[in-house]
This record gives sequence, C-alpha cells and structure tokens, in this order.
Amino acid sequence: MILFWLVAILIAAGVLAGVAARWSDTAPRVICLGALATDFGLCLGLWSGHYPALATIGPPRWFAELSWNWIPQWGIRFHLAVDGLGLALILLTLFLGIMAVLASWRGIQRSAGFFHFNLLWVLAGVMGVFLAVDLFLFYFFWELMLVPMYFLIAVWGYERRIYAAIKFFLFTQISSLLMLAAIVALAVLHQSATGSYSFEYEDLLSMPLAPGTEMLLALGFLAAFAVKLPAFAIHTWLPDAHAEAPTAGSVILAGLLLKTGAFGMLRFVLPLFPNAARQLAPWMMTLGVIGILYGAVLAFAQTDLKRMVAYTSVSHMGFVLLGIFAMNDIALQGALIQMLSHGVSTGALFILAGALNERLHSRDLRSMGGLWDTMPVLSGAGLFFVMASAGMPGLGDFVGEFLVLTGTYRVSPVLAALGALGMIAGACYALRLVQTVFFGPNVHNWRFPDAHWYEWSVAAPMMACLLWIGLYPQPVLNVVRPAIDGIRHQIAVSTLAKR
Amino acid sequence: MIASDLVALSPLIVLSSTAVVVMLSIAIRRDHHLAALLAFLGLAAALASLRFAAAASPRRVTGLLLVDGYSLFYSAVLLLSTAAVLLLAFAYMERQQEHREEFYCLMLLAACGALVLVSSCHLVSLFLGIEILSVSLYGLIAYLRFQPLPLEAGMKYLVLAATSSAFLLFGMALLYSETGSMELSSLAKSYMGTPDPALGAVGWAGTILMLTGIGFKLAVAPFHLWTPDVYQGAPLPVTAFVATVSKGSVFALLLRWFHGADSTVSAPVYWAFVTMAIASMLIGNLLALQQENVKRLLAYSSIAHMGYLLVAFLAAGPLGIQAATYYLIAYLVTMLGVFGLMTVLSTGEEEHCELKDYRGLFWQHPVISGLFAAMLLSLAGIPLTAGFLGKFYVIAAAASSSLWLPVFVLIVSSTIGIYYYLRVIVALFSLPAEAGEREEPVRLTVPLEASFSLAALVILLFVFGLYPTPFWALIQTMSASLG
Repeated sequence: MILFWLVAILIAAGVLAGVAARWSDTAPRVICLGALATDFGLCLGLWSGHYPALATIGPPRWFAELSWNWIPQWGIRFHLAVDGLGLALILLTLFLGIMAVLASWRGIQRSAGFFHFNLLWVLAGVMGVFLAVDLFLFYFFWELMLVPMYFLIAVWGYERRIYAAIKFFLFTQISSLLMLAAIVALAVLHQSATGSYSFEYEDLLSMPLAPGTEMLLALGFLAAFAVKLPAFAIHTWLPDAHAEAPTAGSVILAGLLLKTGAFGMLRFVLPLFPNAARQLAPWMMTLGVIGILYGAVLAFAQTDLKRMVAYTSVSHMGFVLLGIFAMNDIALQGALIQMLSHGVSTGALFILAGALNERLHSRDLRSMGGLWDTMPVLSGAGLFFVMASAGMPGLGDFVGEFLVLTGTYRVSPVLAALGALGMIAGACYALRLVQTVFFGPNVHNWRFPDAHWYEWSVAAPMMACLLWIGLYPQPVLNVVRPAIDGIRHQIAVSTLAKR
Repeated sequence: MIASDLVALSPLIVLSSTAVVVMLSIAIRRDHHLAALLAFLGLAAALASLRFAAAASPRRVTGLLLVDGYSLFYSAVLLLSTAAVLLLAFAYMERQQEHREEFYCLMLLAACGALVLVSSCHLVSLFLGIEILSVSLYGLIAYLRFQPLPLEAGMKYLVLAATSSAFLLFGMALLYSETGSMELSSLAKSYMGTPDPALGAVGWAGTILMLTGIGFKLAVAPFHLWTPDVYQGAPLPVTAFVATVSKGSVFALLLRWFHGADSTVSAPVYWAFVTMAIASMLIGNLLALQQENVKRLLAYSSIAHMGYLLVAFLAAGPLGIQAATYYLIAYLVTMLGVFGLMTVLSTGEEEHCELKDYRGLFWQHPVISGLFAAMLLSLAGIPLTAGFLGKFYVIAAAASSSLWLPVFVLIVSSTIGIYYYLRVIVALFSLPAEAGEREEPVRLTVPLEASFSLAALVILLFVFGLYPTPFWALIQTMSASLG
C-alpha cells in the first residue's frame, strides 16, 4: 500500500500545486517540497526497515509489494513492487526532486503552478517506472513521464526550446512504441503458450523463448532504453534537450530520465532475454566505449556550459552501458553506483549552470572567467562537483567508474583500457571547465552576489551525498546486492539451460 | 410485420417521426429553441427505446434489417454522438443568420441513416442507409449557404459522394449478377476461405467497386481527397458529425460484413485492406504535417485514424472486433471533444480554426486549452487518455494475428503524427510575448448545454483511458452476438 501512496501523493500534490498557484506563488513550491519530503521519509523508512535483514537472513524478493486487478481481460494488473535496485533509484528520484524544486525557487516565475504540476507528474512517472513490475503498467508510466517533461522544456526552456522539446518527444516516442510492440508480443506469446494473457514480470521471466524471437524482442526493448540512456548514435536528442531545458528540467533529465533507460536494461533486458543480451553484449559494450570517448571529446569542444555538461552525461552513461553489459558482479555494482552518483554530480552541475545563468544571463563559456574572486562559495562548490564528475577518488563517480572498469577488464581488457582513456579525457574537460569559468582573469569585471540560501541548501546535501558514495558505498551495495544477484542468477540459469 | 418487429425497430421509428415532428413544428412556428429541444428529446426517446428493442432482439426484420446486440450497441453509440453534436451545435447555430431550425431536421435524418446502416444485413438496406445519411449531409455541409466555403464544400461532397454511390450501386449489381444474393452474410462467404473463394471476374469487379464506394465514405486513402476541403468548409458541428457519426456507422457496417463469418478473408481482399490501411496511415500523417488550418489538420489525422482502425479490423476473430470497436469509440469521443472545443472557442460568426488563432491560448483560457491539449494527446495515443488504450488494443489485436507489417507502419506513422499534434500544442502554450499582436483577451462564455456535453466527453476520455474494464466487458458481450 505504501507504494501506492508514494505515487499517489506526487500525483495529488501536482494537481494541488497547480490549483494553489491561484492564491500564492510560494504555495506550489511549498506543496511540492512537502510532498517530496513525505515520500522521501516513507522511502527512508522502507530502507531502514529492511536494511538489517539484508546482512543476516536472505532478504525477500520484494521489500514491499502491491497488486490490484486492473484490466483482467488482458491479465493487466496494477502491480507495484520494490527491491533494492528500485529503492536506491526512487531515493535518488526524490532527492533530486527536492533539489530541483529548491534550485528553481527564484528562477521560475512564470506560472509556477503549472511548472510544479509538471515537475511532480514527471517525478511520479519516474517513480512508477522504478516501481512497476507489470509490463503494461511500466509502459504506462514510461509514457506518462514524457508529456510533463515536454512541457517543462517547451514552456520554460531557453531560446531553442520548441525544437529541443519536439526532438526529445519524437525520439522517445518512436523508440518506446517499438518497446510497446515487444511488450505486446510477449503477452501474446504467453497467451499462446499458456492460454491467458499476462503482463506480469514474474510470469514472463519463466517463459521460454525461441532464439530468433528473443533477439527481436530484446531489440525492441533495447531501442527504448538505448534512446533514453542514451547510447552513442541515438544520443542526438540529449544535448539539445538538456541545454534548452530549465534548470529543474535538466536535473530531472540527466539525473533521472537517463537512469530509467539503464534501469530498464537491468530490470527487463538482462533477465527477460539473457541469451540475446549475451549475444548483444560485445556490441553494446563497444557502443558504451564509443559513447565514453565521443562524449568526452565533444564535451571538451563545447562553448555552451549546459551543452558541455550534457556531453559529459553521454560519456558517463557510456560507463553505465559498459558495466551493464559486462554482466558480472563487480561491473553491475559499478554501473549502479555510477547511475546514482552521476545523477547527483551532473544534477549539481546543471544547478550550477542554472545559478550562473541567473547571474550572467548567458551559458557561454567565453563570457565567463575569474568568477572565483566575486563568488568564492559558489565557485568552490562548482570545483567540487566538476571534480566529482571527472572521477576524482573519494567522490562518487570514481567508485562507479573504477568498479565498471575492473569488471569490464575480466570480460574484455581492450574495452576496459579504452574506457579508462575516458577518465583521462574527463580530467581534460573538467580542468578546462574550471579554468575558463572560475579561474583566469575576470575580463568582463563580473560582480555577483554569492550563493543564496536556496543554493546553499542544494549544494550541501549533494556534496554530502557524493562524499558518502565516494568514501563508504557499502550500504548502497548491500541494498542493491540481492537484486543484482537475482539478475546474474537469471543469466546463469539461461546459460545452464543452453548447455 | 408484427408488433415485436415494430418494437425492434422502435429507435428508427422514434427518430424518423421526430424528424417529421420537427418539420411540422417549423411549419407552424419558427423557433430555434423549440426545434433543438424537440430534436434532443427525440434522440433521448430513441435512446430509451433501445431498451425495448433489446428485449425483442435478436430479430430479423423484413429481411433487410437485423436488430441484435451489435446493432443496438452501435445505435446507442451513434445516438449519443449525435446528441453530443446537437448540444454543441445549438450555441453555434444561435449565432447564425440563417433559418436555423431545419438543421436539426437534417441531423435527425442523418442519424436515421446511420442507424439503418449499423443494423443492415442486406445490400438494399446498406444502400438505403448510406443514401439517407449522405443526402442529409449534403444539406448539412452546405447549410450556411451564404458563405462561400460551406457552399463549395457542399458541392464537392455532393458530386463526389454521388459518384461513389454510383460505384457502390454498380458494384452491388455486378456482385448480385454473379452470386445471385444480396445478403451480406452470404456475400461475405464468397470472399472468405483460402486459397480461392468461388468468385469470378465479374464478382471481383463488383467487389472492387463496392470497396471503392465504402472507402470513399470512410475517407481511407486513396479515396480520401474530399476530406480536407469538406472538413474545412463545413460548419464546425457538421464537421464533427461527418468525422464521427458518418464514418463510425460505415465502419460498423464493414465490421459486421467481414467479421460476421468465421473464417478469415481471402488473400486479395486481405491485401486490398492492408494496402488501404498502410496508405491511409502514411498519407494521412504525412500530409497533416504542414497544415496551417486545424480543421484540415484534423481531416488528415482522421484519415490516419481510419488506417489504424483498418489494422484492428484486419485482426482475426473477436479480438479484432473488440479492438476496432474500442478504438472507434475512443476516436469518436476524442474527435467530438476536439471539434466541440473548437466550436466553443469560435465566438461570433467567424470560426477560429487557423493554427495562429490558437497561439498563446493557454495563458488566457487555461482550462479549455488544457482540455484541448488532452484531446490532442489522446489522438496521439499518450497514456491517461482513451486514445492510448485504443492504440494498445489495436497493436495487441494485430500482434495476436501476426500483422507485423501494419503494426510497424502504425508505429512509424503515429510517431510522425505526434509531430503535428505537438505543433498545435506548441501553439496553445506559446508565450504571450511570442503570440504577437493579440488584442485584449476575448471573453469566452461556454454555453451551458455545450459545457455539459464537453464535460461528459472529457470524463469519458479519462475513464476509457484509465479504467476500461467494465466497458471492455460490455464490448465482449456485444461482439459475441456477431458471428
């Protein structure tokens, strides 16, 4: 039941925020914060309730579950369930949601009600994606997050927002329709095998598939997830959407929507289609490495701060893709850590870009420089997040990338070596960013107020979070381990069956 | 003809006698309110009489009409759609300078034709139904006869519809000469079964001609050329009527005709429908991309939607009927909603149908624009709305019959389609600064009866998108009465 409330609170608060804007501009923000904080508390409760059990006895498959009839004619159920993987990601969702609200406290003045309505609904969609274990319901939430995100970009974005929003929508839509066809095909296959339709994750897991069919269906799912992730060659929507979205939109796009792609691969592609995944693995890992290097090189060449951060996302998500398809214990853990810490560090960088844009009214790197003198606190925070993003040891991204590379080395030393180049390239673009923005001469004689309270209250918890993941990631690993073991178990079973 | 025959036909009888009563009332005293009220009561009475007809069903009346669960279900759907159009039309007609009362008379007659179509099981009643519908539509489309656009649209529709009727009639004659039967069910048998149905060259020629005629009424490609002009020219409520009741009734007939028999259609007919479906989806969605007039845009969009419907229609067995019915109803609700909102937004004598008329509308009328966006998203098939579940059912039904090519085209073309729905939404939500020289906000009063109709449509839009279970069960029982 708690899972229902997690989603329902966000949906209801979204409507309430939309209405409350009639009376006050602050009301929607407060409602939004309240709803997210309530959800966050509930999730922490879930975490602490189940954490002791993880160490001692074997944990249950799901920490919490809820299953209602929805459309019985099709075997569709309103079925939500959460395991360690989902729990870690919904905590990230709510954390970044709170950060996004705080970060747009001053920046968003135009129709705050509708803005926060969209914000909460996109978060509800993301939560639903992480919680749904009925494939139809999963698709439902998958699409649900699209429209509010579109509005966030198209109404509150920068100059080329319409182009970016439409591009984002079309890329996502065609790929997710392919996934819908694959989902429907799975249900139809289940019907021809057992006589009844089912969209249940557990039912479909145990269904044997012919190799050719399995490959086609896996590609259908991968299409949707690879676009969201994004994998190289279908990433072109990302720089536009990220750069043109308002700060909160960029945070949610980079921090959460990209994670839904990686989550989909972990939750659906690997367990449902293990054989196809194994066949595709070399290709996907290669795509991952290309993404790492390509993203880093392009990030180095950007002159627009937000575009630059967007390309670093391509690079970082390359590590995630590499880790997922290396498919061993360490690499999968690394991919998960990378998902969480990339969400925080890149989210923070977008918030920083938003804060700079509020002051300079520009995202052009060439117009910046020497900002350390005029606002040391914000610049110091910026330095911290840039270093985190470049993979400095002690901060979150390093742990993720290190684990991914270690895991990959076992599968393919060549790809691991090439991937490791990405960390060097990361240092290059990070240093360039720091050098051009914060150091050097202040040629334009900028004079700005330093960090406001709402900027501080965003930066501090994000720093703490990155330090925590960087220094002591074990609690996170403990929580996600059963889920990762489950995925690896599925792959192992299919290998045995094949022999 | 005995008493229970009359009971089974009571919806038709009530409807046609209401048309006569409205006509007589006009002869006695011209009163717009009275005519509209009478027409509305007539529709309500016809709807109520479905209950009695259901008690007498299934019943074959005079060899021409078959009153069964299927026809009653569709009659109810079409009567409700007509009532929704009527409620939306009232305020629109109130603003016109013409004689307004005959409008309702014609609309009742058109609904009558649609009802005949959905219960016809014979070529004669098919033709009668189509003609009653079309002839009333000539009048309705050109109703605002002092304006050039409606007149042009009316003429166009008259010429083309008459031609297509001729095709239909000739096709019927050829088919009859070959098979010696005018029963739809026995005609259907001649297309069924693989590999070769027992049909000679004359019979095939007749079939092709009939498909041409029906394809014209449905406005599927390549028989779609009339659609944008007629949609644009016709008064908004009439456009809504053409898009929903007229197409819906013809589609229901097609569904009964080809799904009545148990086996699958033969290869030539199958490929004819596949071609029409694919062509409609692609042509409709591609041509809609560049439209600046929302009515024309919706015309092309409705061509594409007919293509989606044909995909569901091609799916074999009861699943195909159910998916097609669900999609059709989702389409009716959404199209009525879109045109209804456009009618409400058109103040004064002018219609506001250009894309630029809608720029920045959200910032002035958030509720109406929000609903407009929701309706467009339903047409695009986005969750929470009826259109999404409709599209899901279509894909599921088609996948069950392994219609992968049409499904693939559906996916690609509906993605193309999203682009132009987004264009309208972009216009709705564009910022006031960009909206340019817009005069002071137009005061918008939504008339009571129209808001009633719109509220019902919006509720249906979300109910069908979120909790279709009871409704789906109803469709299942309905489709059981067929075949």
